[in-house]
Amino acid sequence: MSALKYTKDHEVLKVDGDTAWVGITEYAQDALGDLVFIELPEVGRQVSKGDYFAVVESVKAASEIYTPVAGEIIEVNTALESDYDLIKQPIDKGWVIKIKITDTAVLNELMDQAAYDAYLKQVA
Amino acid sequence: MKQTVFHQKHLDLGAKMGEFAGYDMPLYYDKGVLAEHLHVREKAGLFDVSHMGIVSFKGAGVLNFIEKLTPSSYRKLAEWGCKYSVLTNEQGGIIDDLIFTNMGESGYLAVINAGCKDKDITWFKQHLPDDVEMRVHDDRALLALQGPHAETVLSKILNIPLNDMAYMSAKAHVNDRFGVLLISRLGYTGEDGFEISVPNEKALNLWDSLVAEDAVEPIGLAARDSLRLEMGYPLYGHDLDDTTSPIEAGLSWVVSKNNEDCFGATRIQREKADGVTRKRIGLKLLDKGIAREGTELYSVTGEKIGVMTSGGHSPILSEAVGMGYVETSFSAVDTEIIAQVRGRNLRAVVVPLPFLEAKTKK
Repeated sequence: MSALKYTKDHEVLKVDGDTAWVGITEYAQDALGDLVFIELPEVGRQVSKGDYFAVVESVKAASEIYTPVAGEIIEVNTALESDYDLIKQPIDKGWVIKIKITDTAVLNELMDQAAYDAYLKQVA
Repeated sequence: MKQTVFHQKHLDLGAKMGEFAGYDMPLYYDKGVLAEHLHVREKAGLFDVSHMGIVSFKGAGVLNFIEKLTPSSYRKLAEWGCKYSVLTNEQGGIIDDLIFTNMGESGYLAVINAGCKDKDITWFKQHLPDDVEMRVHDDRALLALQGPHAETVLSKILNIPLNDMAYMSAKAHVNDRFGVLLISRLGYTGEDGFEISVPNEKALNLWDSLVAEDAVEPIGLAARDSLRLEMGYPLYGHDLDDTTSPIEAGLSWVVSKNNEDCFGATRIQREKADGVTRKRIGLKLLDKGIAREGTELYSVTGEKIGVMTSGGHSPILSEAVGMGYVETSFSAVDTEIIAQVRGRNLRAVVVPLPFLEAKTKK
C-alpha cells in the first residue's frame, strides 16, 4: 500500500516500503510556467535530506527540486529528457526520481494529504 | 512599493506582480511568458514602462551639457531624431543607458531606467550648468507598443498615418482623448514599434483603446527581458554597470570622435585606441541546459575567463543564449568556451550579437 507524502516546498512522495517516487505537486506544476529544460541526476547518487537533485528551467527562472529524505537514487525518469511537460502529470507518470530511503522514520515529518491541503490554504 | 498609473489594470487582468526597481510591476499575465514573447514577435504587445524616468533639458548650454554627460555627439541629430547613448562617470563607467530625443525648441528629452532614476537625477543636478534648465516629467506615463502590427494598430487608434515615421524618430501629436502625446518609433524588443508618452490623467484611455484591439496583448516584464535578450540589448544593472566602460560593453558606436570632453573621456579614448582587457560577448550553449546571470565562464583548458551577465532560453531559436564579459583573447566569434552551471561544465560558443535580426522600421 502506497501513501502520498508532501513537503512545504511542494514535492510529493509516493512511498512504497523503503522506496519513494519523488515528484512535484500540482501547485508547483502550475507555478512553473513554460518549461525549457530539466536537469536530472544520475542513478546511484547518494543524497542527503534537503539536497536538490534536479533543476527545472522555465522561460522565467530555474527551480530546484529537493529531497526531504536521505538515500540513494535508484532510478531516474529519463522520459523527462525529451518531454519536460511530463513533470506536470500525476506522480505515476510525472515522477522525477525513485529513491531508496536510508531512514524511513523521516517520512513521519512529512505532511499527509489532509495536512498538505490545509498548508496550501495558508500559502495561497 | 511604488505603482504606475496602470497598476489597477494589471491587477484586473490577473497579472503575476513582482517588484522591479521599487515598483510593483506585472511580470506576466494569464497566458504566460512564452505566449507573450511569441505574441510580440507575431502581432503586437503592450508594455507598461511608466516606471522609467522622463527628464528634459533646455537652454543655451544644453548641447554642451549632454555632450559632457555622454560620449556621443548631438550636433547632427535632427529635430525629432532619437539617439541611444550612455551616461558616463568620471572613471568612464556607465551610470545608465538612455535615449535622447531632440525636441527642437523644447530642448532634449531623455528616457532613463527606472532603477537609475534617483541617481541619474542627482547626477544631473550636481552638474547642471546655469544656462540649462532641467525638468522631471513625472506627470506622464509611458507605454510601449511593439510588434509587426504596432504601426497598423497605433495608426488606427490615433487616426493618423505613421508609415512615414522613421526608426529612431519622434513626433508630438495632440488627441482629444489622449492629450498631448510624444510618439517615438523605437523600443527594446527588436520589433517595429513605438513608445508613447501620455499625460497621467489620460493614460488609462490610451491603455484601454490599445488592449481592446485584437492584435494587442498586454506583456509583462519577464517577456520584455527575454525579448531584449534575443536582441542582445544590454540591461542596465546586469550587462552594464558603474565600472563597465562603453568600449568594454561593445557600445563604441555611441562614442563620437567629435566628443573628447565627456565624463570619463580619458579612459574611453584610451580604450578606443589601445583596446580593452574584457569585452561583452554573446554566447550559445552547445550542450543542453540553461545558463543564467552569474554563470562563470572558463576556457576549454579550465582558466576562469569571465562571467555571464544575462542568460536564458530563446523562444524563437529554441536555444540557450546569453551575454557576458570575457577576457578579450576569448571574445572572438566561434571561440569555444565553458559555462559552469551548478558544477556542470557546459560547452558554449561565442556568437555575434544580436541573436536574431532586428525587424525595426527600415
